[in-house]
Amino acid sequence: MSGLGELYQEVILEHNRSPRNYRRMDATDRHAEGRNPLCGDQLTVWVKLDGDVVSDVSFEGSGCAISKSSASLMTTAVKGKTRAEVLRLFERFQELVTGRLAPDGARESLGRLAVFSGISEFPVRVKCATLSWHALRAALAGTEAVSTE
Amino acid sequence: MSRAEEQRSKGGTSALATEPRAGTEHTAPPRFGSSALLGVERIRADFPILASTVRGKPLVYLDNAATTQKPRVVIDAIAHFYAAENANVHRGVHWLSERATAAYEGARERVARFLGAGSAREVVFTRGTTEAINLVAQSWGRRFLRPGDEVLVTAMEHHANIVPWQLLAEQTGIVLRVAPVTDAGELDLDAFARLLSGRVKLVSVVHLSNAIGTINPVRRLAELARAHGVPTLVDGAQSASHLEVDVAALGCDFFAFSGHKVLGPTGIGVLWAREPLLEQMPPWQGGGDMITSVSFERSTWAPPPQKFEAGTPHIAGAVGLAAALDYLETIGRAAVAAHERDVLDYAIERVGALPGVRLVGTAADRASILSFAVAGVHPHDVGAVLDLEGVAIRAGHHCAQPIMERMGVSATARASFALYNTRDEVDTLVRGIERVRQVFG
Repeated sequence: MSGLGELYQEVILEHNRSPRNYRRMDATDRHAEGRNPLCGDQLTVWVKLDGDVVSDVSFEGSGCAISKSSASLMTTAVKGKTRAEVLRLFERFQELVTGRLAPDGARESLGRLAVFSGISEFPVRVKCATLSWHALRAALAGTEAVSTE
Repeated sequence: MSRAEEQRSKGGTSALATEPRAGTEHTAPPRFGSSALLGVERIRADFPILASTVRGKPLVYLDNAATTQKPRVVIDAIAHFYAAENANVHRGVHWLSERATAAYEGARERVARFLGAGSAREVVFTRGTTEAINLVAQSWGRRFLRPGDEVLVTAMEHHANIVPWQLLAEQTGIVLRVAPVTDAGELDLDAFARLLSGRVKLVSVVHLSNAIGTINPVRRLAELARAHGVPTLVDGAQSASHLEVDVAALGCDFFAFSGHKVLGPTGIGVLWAREPLLEQMPPWQGGGDMITSVSFERSTWAPPPQKFEAGTPHIAGAVGLAAALDYLETIGRAAVAAHERDVLDYAIERVGALPGVRLVGTAADRASILSFAVAGVHPHDVGAVLDLEGVAIRAGHHCAQPIMERMGVSATARASFALYNTRDEVDTLVRGIERVRQVFG
């Protein structure tokens, strides 16, 4: 049963049950939809910027426990960060879930997002875990012609 | 439509499955149901992969609608072909090529017998069901259908029996019509008959739904179509391994199936069609092996089935498919159907009784497939928890999004059974679903 606990850590199950920032914003706010056609997961991420800083972020949609809890934890992790910081965090997160994260150092910067480390054992679920992040990145780029990278 | 129409009823739970269902205790499944008759433990020993452990648990393979596992005889037949008989076919001045050609054409004969076809000339090898349906759309459809002509399908089709017609609609202006299904997931026969009276020029229907397990009364549908002078294509991707299929008895005009879903290899499948139809149809791909003569001014086509097999075919695949059909028929398709029915009935009873679990698709006549939803849990999470228990199922829309929508779900978890599955494995599935509910409860 160890595999089960690694994939579905308690924090993940809890965020799946009660997702944070699960609400829509105005249509005029920046938003982008993320879809995983393979499993039918679909969610929309909204984001408000104050200058270059994420002042508010929310999501809504349907998906598996991994995609939903990942979106929830993402919203708690990116609030107050600059765009560049958010994108760097996304990169770290991708490294984590694909098992490419440097052994030391990098993990601390992920904070609670580290509960998704078990995903690297289940490659098929990487798309679930990163769906909301892709949507957030698109929302951030949405009205901007230039990527911050 | 009578149940007797469908071959599995002929094969007969009545004749072969001895275990009476009444009084069956959930907690103490009988040890000698149809499994004993079929000799399921012996059969399991024929499939090397079934001895595997996955994630530390014995493999319980319940994803047979996606692809079935292969018996040793199939694996050996393919290996033997490459080790002893490999050459290209139909161009043999040398001994090996004659051997390979004989093996390949022998496989065609084998498929013809399996389908009850009048002649091996009616058997075209394709990559699978999908390619077979595309062949009909692009060859027969483009030659004989006019703008405004209709192709009638059902609301429970796999994407492979939807998208080829949409492509054809873009190319030629034909119209795709869809016969509705009931809440239980059965075809609405009255609506089907009404739709037939329009400008329908082809009926193309799934025999056994891959998403919800409904058996369509294809003999009746073909009869109705014929009364309007309309040919019928049967998508037999799922039915070929679970129902007895006799194209003469079904009265259809085209029948498509895939090797890999009947214990054979991937990459090989079959389009069966009545010979006069194949003769009228133009080639859909050009190349070697499908011509009589070629010049830069003009080429002439080989007779069917070669006309539809441009390029070097999947020779070893055909050989493997023939071995699979031999294997299946040695065991007996009626016995297989009866055993699978026993396991499915047991699964319906046990999974259906779990609190918080809804069966998706409850047609009276069904086979092999159990689609279900666990309240509040996404099918992917159901699949992931079961996977950790060693149980392989499919989670998703099963390449049949329209029927998912019709049944009011975006996706389901699906267990699908084959001849080597047992009631014990259903018990493992049930324990896994109980675990799902604990984890996400």
